[in-house]
Amino acid sequence: MKLIMIFISASLINNFVLTYFLGICPFLGVSNKTENALNMGLATTFVMTLTAAVTWPLYTYVLVRFNVPFLEYVAFIITIAALVQFVEMYIRKSSPALYRALGIYLPLITTNCAVLGLALFMVLRDYNYLQSIIFGFATGVGFTIAMLMMSGIREELEFADVPRHFRGTSITLIIAGMMALAFMGFAGLMSG
Amino acid sequence: MAENNTSLFHEFKKGLWQDIPPFRLVLGTCPALAVTNSVINGVSMGLATLFVLLSANIIISAIRKYVTSQVRIGVYVVIIALLVTVTDLFLAAEFPPISKALGPYVPLIIVNCIILGRAEAFAQRNPVVPSIMDALGMGIGFTMSLFTMGLIRELLGFGSILKVKILGGWFEPWIVMILPAGAFMVFGGLVALVNYITHRRSGT
Repeated sequence: MKLIMIFISASLINNFVLTYFLGICPFLGVSNKTENALNMGLATTFVMTLTAAVTWPLYTYVLVRFNVPFLEYVAFIITIAALVQFVEMYIRKSSPALYRALGIYLPLITTNCAVLGLALFMVLRDYNYLQSIIFGFATGVGFTIAMLMMSGIREELEFADVPRHFRGTSITLIIAGMMALAFMGFAGLMSG
Repeated sequence: MAENNTSLFHEFKKGLWQDIPPFRLVLGTCPALAVTNSVINGVSMGLATLFVLLSANIIISAIRKYVTSQVRIGVYVVIIALLVTVTDLFLAAEFPPISKALGPYVPLIIVNCIILGRAEAFAQRNPVVPSIMDALGMGIGFTMSLFTMGLIRELLGFGSILKVKILGGWFEPWIVMILPAGAFMVFGGLVALVNYITHRRSGT
C-alpha cells in the first residue's frame, strides 16, 4: 500500500516538474514535438530508476557507514554522470536504433536537476530500497506525463495567434502555470 | 588601457540587462521558480548562487590551461559540487532558518545551468579578471531577478514585503501566487515584460 501511495504521489500529486520545479530546462527546451518529448521522457525515466537503484546503496553502505555524509552531493553527481555515460555506451552497442532516437538526449540528462533532486529527496525522506526504486520510476513517469501534455499543447499552439511579446518562453511558462493549477486537483486523491 | 577597462565593464554590465538570467538567458529557472515565494528566500538563493558562480569562475579560469577538453565537464562538476557543499554547510551553521527554508534547493545549485553554462561559455576561455567581472554581473543580475519575483509574489500572496504588512485589511491575498502555479505565471509575465521593453527600445 505504501508503495502505491509513493507511486501516485510522485507521479501525479507531487509531480516533480509542476510542484518542485525540477527538470524545467528539458521541460521548456525539448517539449516542442510530441515524439521528442516522449523519447526524452523515456530516457529520463530509465536513468532515474537506475539512479535510485545505485545511489541508495551508495549512500547507506558507503557514505553513512564511513561517516562522510557531507560528501553526498559530490558522490551523487559523479554517480549520475557516470551512469548516464554507461547507459549511453550500452545503448550504442546493443541497440543502434534506440541510440539514434535517444542519443542526443542522454548527455542532457546529467544536468537535469530532477535526477539529482530525486536522489536528495530519497535521502531526505528516509525511503528504504524498494521504496526508493519505486520513487525513482514514478518520478520519471510523472516527468514523462508532464512533457507529453506540454508538447501536445505546444503543437496546437503553433496555429494560435499569441500576442507578440508573449511568444516563446513566456507563453510556455504561463501554460505550465495553468497545468500546475490543474494538477493541484489531484491533491484530494490520497486523503479521500 | 581605457579600452581594456570598458571591455571589463561590458563583461560586468551584460549580466545586468542584456543577458540577464533567467529572463534573457533562460538558465537557472528551477531556483528562480522554487524559492521566490518571499523576498528573503529569493535574495538568499541569489547570493548563494553568486558566491558559487564567482568562485567557480575564478577556479575554472585559473586552471583552464591544465584541463583537457575531454574531461572538462567532469572536472567542472566536481569543483562546483565541492563549492556548493561549502555553501550548504556555511548556511546551515550561520543561518539555520534560511538553510531550512531553502531545503534541497541549495544542493541543487550544482545542477543550476547558469554555473556550468558560464564555465563553458566564458571562464574556460578567458583570464581570471574578466571571468570575475562576468560572474559578478551574472550573479547580481540573477539576484535582482529573484528579488523582483520574490517581491511580486510576496506582495500579492501575503500582502507583505519582508514579512512587514504593506497592504491593509481590505486586501484579499492571492493564494495562487504562493503556489507553484503563481511562480510559473509571474515568471512568464516577467519574460513578456522584458520582451516588451526590448521591442519598444529597438522600435520594432
